[in-house]
Amino acid sequence: MEKYMLIFIGGDPSHLSPEAQQAHMGKWFAWVEKLRNEKRYVGGEALLPGGKTIKGPKKAVTDGPFAESKEVVGGYFILECKNLDEAVQIGKDCPDYDLGGVVEVREVMKFDM
Amino acid sequence: MLEQQVNQLIGHLFRHEAGKMAAVLTRLLGFQSLDLAEDIVQDTLLKAMTTWKYKGIPENPSAWLYTVAKRKAIDTIRQHHIHEHHHSEISYALKSEWTLGPTVNSFFLDNEIEDSQLRMIFACCHPSIPYESQIALTLKTLCGLSIKEIANSFLTNEETIVKRLYRAREKIREEKISLEAPIPATLPGRMDAVLHTLYLLFSEGYNSSHPNRLIRHELCEEAMRLCLFLINNPITNVPRAQALLALMCFQASREDARLDDGGSIKLLKDQDRSKWSKPLIEKGKFYLEQSAEGDEFSEYHVEAAIAGCHARASTFDVTNWENIETLYTILLRMKPSPIVELNRAIAIGYAHSPQEGLEALQKIKDLENHYLYHAAIGDFYSELGDAKSACLKYDLAINLTTSNTEKKLLRSKLEALSVIKK
Repeated sequence: MEKYMLIFIGGDPSHLSPEAQQAHMGKWFAWVEKLRNEKRYVGGEALLPGGKTIKGPKKAVTDGPFAESKEVVGGYFILECKNLDEAVQIGKDCPDYDLGGVVEVREVMKFDM
Repeated sequence: MLEQQVNQLIGHLFRHEAGKMAAVLTRLLGFQSLDLAEDIVQDTLLKAMTTWKYKGIPENPSAWLYTVAKRKAIDTIRQHHIHEHHHSEISYALKSEWTLGPTVNSFFLDNEIEDSQLRMIFACCHPSIPYESQIALTLKTLCGLSIKEIANSFLTNEETIVKRLYRAREKIREEKISLEAPIPATLPGRMDAVLHTLYLLFSEGYNSSHPNRLIRHELCEEAMRLCLFLINNPITNVPRAQALLALMCFQASREDARLDDGGSIKLLKDQDRSKWSKPLIEKGKFYLEQSAEGDEFSEYHVEAAIAGCHARASTFDVTNWENIETLYTILLRMKPSPIVELNRAIAIGYAHSPQEGLEALQKIKDLENHYLYHAAIGDFYSELGDAKSACLKYDLAINLTTSNTEKKLLRSKLEALSVIKK
């Protein structure tokens, strides 16, 4: 088993009604519950929107990225999976696709070789 | 945890808390800053959603939401110099950094939240705002429905709802409507407006021609919840509010029996009365009794009494139709309208004979374009054995209604008759 990170990008639920937002949240709970039951879920965090971006040799600081951007990373999961294919299959269960969400699936590098 | 389990755990938390927070924040920021209040609510729910989906629902979800909302409110008040636009007793308290935090905190206390919602009902149902706009505004701000959901409830498009909300906000600005409690002298008039809006809201939800059952149920629930606010406050706990709540309880008690599994309408006489909610009927009786105390006697009293007659009858056949006829006669005097005449004529038919019912119906003018009128005449023809005339009437009714559920019902009546004709 290897560790994979699922990086959640974009997927804006702000136009949904409160009721629909709650339902959407329910889908995430169901997903996390499933991953926990399958003993795949190692961890995950949400990232608050806003913040700062530092760029360039002059280390220029700008505001953002902002929630409206499709490129914003909303959070991540770390999961234990057999291989990349399995991680991708699991990644397809993410509820955000209908909201324009994108999921990046990356293997976590192991140092103890 | 499945979606349904989430809803079981927290019910309609997001929607209800959206309504509560909107009321409190509007009171803090002023009715003129309604859009700022709504932004804060929106941001708060979004933050909750994005955080909770990773970490689960916190132990006290409401408190979590209020904490976030309070912080944002304080920032907004500072940023927009709200106290400058606020002409109420709290603007002073909001101006000083010492009292800003505690003031905001105090508004989020339980009894204050209720108070804010009550004021919000009166503000949204202000008589100078057109009725459809009142309902749209109430649903959006107090009930936490989205524009899309409201449009669905009224079988109209989002643009129409946006226009209604816009009109409401214009009136709020023009008339400088605020979230102050109405002065005692104007209270009766203001109550009339509020009750009428809640009545319309409930009627929308009760309308069985709407395809989406969940929306219907929500609207009825919201109307009852808001009416309960009036009941819980001594100043607004007036007999006609109690009567309206009784009426809503009686009507809502039949919800589970009104449609069959396929979504088709079940007539009152065909409903399985064991599916009627006894607790709701008991509540209805309770509020009806309360409303009878004192001198007030409104159309809500009469309508509630009529609904009570049906609720009391264990079967369709033992329904006290003479009582119902008398009540409709009274209602007609208070609220003359062809629809009330229609209902009265139907009651006459059941109380006395189909022939008398038919005659009563035929005397009514102005209902030529109403499908229910022709359907009712068709029913009496059918009872009298005149299948041919009945079918003509049912055909006419089918063409006059846009509801597929109603059409289906009428077609089944036609079919039943054609079986007999053969």
